[in-house]
Amino acid sequence: MRTIYYLIRKEFIQIFRDKFLGRAIFAIPIVQMLILVPAVTFEIKEVRLCIVDKDMTTESRELVGKLVGSTFFKVGHTTFPEREANELLNRDQCDLILQIPAGFGKDIGKGTPTQLMASANAINAMNAQLSWAYLNGVILDYNMNILAREISSRSFSPIPQIEVTNRYWYNELLNYNFYMQPGILGILVLAIGFILAGLNLVKEKEIGTIEQMNVTPVKKYQFILAKIIPFLIIGLIDLALGIAIGILVFNVPFEGSIWLLFLCSTIFLIAVLGLALLISTFSGTQQQFMFTGFFFMIIFILMSGIFTPIESMPVWAQKIDLLNPVVYIMRINRMVMLKGSTFQDIQTEFLALVLYAIATTTLAVNRYRKTA
Amino acid sequence: MTANSIISVSHLSKSFGEVNALKDISFDVGEGEVFGFIGPDGAGKTTLFRIITTLLLPDEGEVTILGLDCVKGFRELRKNIGYMPGRFSLYMDLTVEENLNFYATVFGTTVRENYDLIADIYAHIEPFRKRPAGKLSGGMKQKLALSCALIHKPALLVLDEPTTGVDAVSRAEFWEMLKKLKKYHITILVSTPYMDEAMRCDKVALIQEGKILSVDQPERITDGFSRRLFSVRSSEKYKLIRALREFPLTDTAYPFGDSVHVTFRDDHYDDTLYRYLTAAGFTDVSIGETRAGIEDRFLELMTPPLQGSNRTL
Repeated sequence: MRTIYYLIRKEFIQIFRDKFLGRAIFAIPIVQMLILVPAVTFEIKEVRLCIVDKDMTTESRELVGKLVGSTFFKVGHTTFPEREANELLNRDQCDLILQIPAGFGKDIGKGTPTQLMASANAINAMNAQLSWAYLNGVILDYNMNILAREISSRSFSPIPQIEVTNRYWYNELLNYNFYMQPGILGILVLAIGFILAGLNLVKEKEIGTIEQMNVTPVKKYQFILAKIIPFLIIGLIDLALGIAIGILVFNVPFEGSIWLLFLCSTIFLIAVLGLALLISTFSGTQQQFMFTGFFFMIIFILMSGIFTPIESMPVWAQKIDLLNPVVYIMRINRMVMLKGSTFQDIQTEFLALVLYAIATTTLAVNRYRKTA
Repeated sequence: MTANSIISVSHLSKSFGEVNALKDISFDVGEGEVFGFIGPDGAGKTTLFRIITTLLLPDEGEVTILGLDCVKGFRELRKNIGYMPGRFSLYMDLTVEENLNFYATVFGTTVRENYDLIADIYAHIEPFRKRPAGKLSGGMKQKLALSCALIHKPALLVLDEPTTGVDAVSRAEFWEMLKKLKKYHITILVSTPYMDEAMRCDKVALIQEGKILSVDQPERITDGFSRRLFSVRSSEKYKLIRALREFPLTDTAYPFGDSVHVTFRDDHYDDTLYRYLTAAGFTDVSIGETRAGIEDRFLELMTPPLQGSNRTL
């Protein structure tokens, strides 16, 4: 035990002796939270809309009026020639073109079906889909109005309609900050622990200090533990900082138990630190570690479900994701923070992380052989 | 195996893929001896030391250190071996003091407990105890590394090329320090590429291409040189070597300090050489018979004997 204590103390002295690293460890998560939480959002504001109104009647103006009134669209251009509108789309000066054909108003007046045409810039598929859906919503609304007017002007009773009202549980306002913050917490903890611990061990290899350590009576598990514990502590402090920023700056609710979240994050950290050390036992240089480490980190993060729901991935990818520890912590963070889930609700994820942690640390200890 | 041998190596072999780093090596080191390994780079010195310090497993053969097998007894052995690798490998970002304390604690001891052992050495670097190890000069780094290797009072001290890249004064100082350690009965295994350091060892093993050519006391190793050796001097040394090597009666000619050491076929020497050299334009040639140094013996061992010569190995 005493040996481990001295080993850990040595790690801390080294970390904080490095003036840059000592500060960056705490500054980076703060900056990351402040930038990423509000920046990474799917909310689309101000889609630049170009309207080609070839009709110019009361009806077409009413539709345009509705679009102008929506906060979602910004009607930047109104032109006549189609070619000019296409040109604008080409030059990326508008995102969406809505064409109202001549005779649109007359058709509505006559009660004959009429058509509109919308073209969206789909370079960013997600953007295009979302703006398309919003536009559809506005047009549908307009459509219902006409229908209602037409029918009610003929009969006296109002037309029966089914109106769906929806409510978003756990995040009523669909605030993206609320959605992103717990996820980013997971990534932040991952990045700090993973890179620092892995590089630390490889650095000892590069400098040759590991050689000197290997001739001491220090045991394998002691050495690995002394590499995990300091970064576990740093990771948990960073987590606390991240949660504090979430609550104080972004008003993210914290419904569940903070202790449960810390317990899960501890297990998660042990799992990824073990993995980082395992990778570093295979790498001879810091470059090699960074390269392999990055490969894992990018896959872990992009497949974690922070941006895209795991359920929409292909089945084989979902199977691979069973080995992605970030998936579990992402779910746990969101459930505990936003929904107030208890241990029982997250026990599957918890168990997965425990198994992960046991596997990576055992492998790391075994891989790190003192006798080559 | 002698009764009080600290290290006993028999028929040790180790290869890395195609490269046979050590080929069937056997030797014994007695208690309290300063045992030197002399050989060029790539001779297998570091591989041998890494096996003795339990960092590498041997392929074949037996290595017994302090009565323990180097494979099975590695855990116990590590408590009793002090190792100073060829490359400085202490924590550069820790101070002198922190490094020393750290190594003392991982060996489960304290600096105070064994301070008298390192006092002489540490005194040189104590004024800089708050300085990060990475900012020390080469000689001071070496003293710190030696202090750290000694802090747990090991029975065996293994020093891999401790004086490589260190200035001449520090080298001499370093050997003085090793000499002082004798009174603590610490057995020292040291490797060096410098021939002159061999004379400071109790016993020397000449090693080349994974084979031990000779093991003996340094004086006796030079005694093994059976030829008549001549030292030839001239101010134009480079030209002189070329001329000597072209001389038909020359067997070997190697530069040695400011002279050239020469042996002749069948050890036959007369004034033919002097006449040959003056004819070749040398005006300040002096020739004299000399005693062989360890380097001469090493070079003799390294080169296969010529046909028809009467040399014995």
